[in-house]
Amino acid sequence: MNPENPVALEEQIDQWRSYLRRRQAIHAVDVAELEDHLREQITALVEAGLADDEAFLVAVKRLGALDALSREFAREHSDRLWKQLVLVPAGPGALRSPAQTDAIAAFGFAVAAAVLIQVPQLFGLNFDDNTTFYAVNFSLFVLPVLVGYFVWKRRLDTSALPWLAAAIVAGVVFANVYPFAREGFTATLTALHMPIALWLVVGIAYAGGRWSQVDGRMDFIRFSGELLVYYALIAAGGGVLMAFIVLIFEAIGIDVEIFLTTWLLPSGVLGAVVVASWLVEVKQGAIENMLPVLTRLFTPLFAALLITFLATLVWTGRGLDIERDMLIAFDLLLVVVLVLLLYSISARDPKLPPGAFDVAQVVLVISALLVDAVALWAIAGRISDFGFSPNRVAALGENVILLVNLIWSAVLYIGFLRGRGTFASMERWQTNYIPVYAGWAAIVVIVFPPAFGYI
Amino acid sequence: MEINKDLIGASSTPIVLAILADKDGYGYAILKRVRELSGGRMEWTDGMLYPVLHRLERLGHVEARWEVADSGRRRKYYGITPRGRVQLAEERSQ
Repeated sequence: MNPENPVALEEQIDQWRSYLRRRQAIHAVDVAELEDHLREQITALVEAGLADDEAFLVAVKRLGALDALSREFAREHSDRLWKQLVLVPAGPGALRSPAQTDAIAAFGFAVAAAVLIQVPQLFGLNFDDNTTFYAVNFSLFVLPVLVGYFVWKRRLDTSALPWLAAAIVAGVVFANVYPFAREGFTATLTALHMPIALWLVVGIAYAGGRWSQVDGRMDFIRFSGELLVYYALIAAGGGVLMAFIVLIFEAIGIDVEIFLTTWLLPSGVLGAVVVASWLVEVKQGAIENMLPVLTRLFTPLFAALLITFLATLVWTGRGLDIERDMLIAFDLLLVVVLVLLLYSISARDPKLPPGAFDVAQVVLVISALLVDAVALWAIAGRISDFGFSPNRVAALGENVILLVNLIWSAVLYIGFLRGRGTFASMERWQTNYIPVYAGWAAIVVIVFPPAFGYI
Repeated sequence: MEINKDLIGASSTPIVLAILADKDGYGYAILKRVRELSGGRMEWTDGMLYPVLHRLERLGHVEARWEVADSGRRRKYYGITPRGRVQLAEERSQ
């Protein structure tokens, strides 16, 4: 080959290779094969008297237009358009890739979580007689393992480790030092809020040093949503598996219920958290994220539902029939609206101008705020009748937190629609708000049990 | 022998199999032979040969293996299989 400018030629080939790699239908091995062809052709042309760059252009032209080529590859390998999530590296003789190491490690961490939940049983704490112990502790069996996985994966620097460890130890302490009443309210509250508080610790480990940046926290929000989707899928599969185990063993007269409920189910539920986290990491970028697609579908539907509800409320003049636990229902409504908002933000290109979907989003948020305001108004009148139970105070606190978030979101969103704000300020607001949820959850875990007498 | 683009898969099978029946080869060398045999009147571009080879591999008519060529690069060689020879004989008799 012409030795005049080998660097320039290599650069051109590199660029050509990276163009080719972006085609789904053309795999790395095919690129290597085509590159061999290209180089052979260039060598032949240079020997025939062409300069390097001329030879490169002619050789590329002879290979054919990329679109036509990748269409032809897609026709032959139509499966590749579907199977984009490659868990095992293709091609024999490949060395153990980082992806494989990661898979093995993730499996190891999942097994660790699955084993950890069984340890207390070995010391005589069975599930049936110790429901309170397991309820307040269940997240502590898996989330520290998940933190460990991300600390390992992100090679987190050691300065952050003591803080993460301290937060987990604090979780263990507050779950176990309080003399909870058996299956009482405060124990249930701790069980529900412990995972929310610890999820922040997972987030810091997940972000791996990028927690201080908006992008790092936004990635964590995306991760959490996809994890939810993957976990639901794995749980559905696990349910089918368990149903089959029961059915086929019943056929030969063996009762496997004990095995299922005390061994397989708890270990599976916790191990699946790590497996799902690993899957989300692996498929990142390979497949369209699911949750933003779902939000696209459901945002207009929820907006329509809430507007219809409000219209009916006004039209019929009915008051809200306030039940004792009404607040929780409205908290859940706000959570759903927030999730719809968050995950359409997470998938939106901040540079795009406002569109019809943004309007639907604003309508959704404002109608949710109105519905919640009506509910709060109705509840406020009767809260003294009901009294301040721990459940109600927790639900009220959550309602306030969500309300503040959504009000300011609506303000920012309207500003954006009217061209006075940027979409980035919305992202910043949402990502800055994450610690508030964890903070409130921590308060519920730490302050509520003593404040309400461990009932 | 003008070859229509849509018929690449079908019409090029016998010629590729015939070349490989002679001697194992890799993409560029096979293509050179195709050019010689067709008198340079190929309508399709070089890259199109590879999906054809991959299809033959999937059907079990050829076998592929990676080797290190003289140039030091990894190169994918194709060789005809017994099944490929049967296929070639069938197509020739038609």
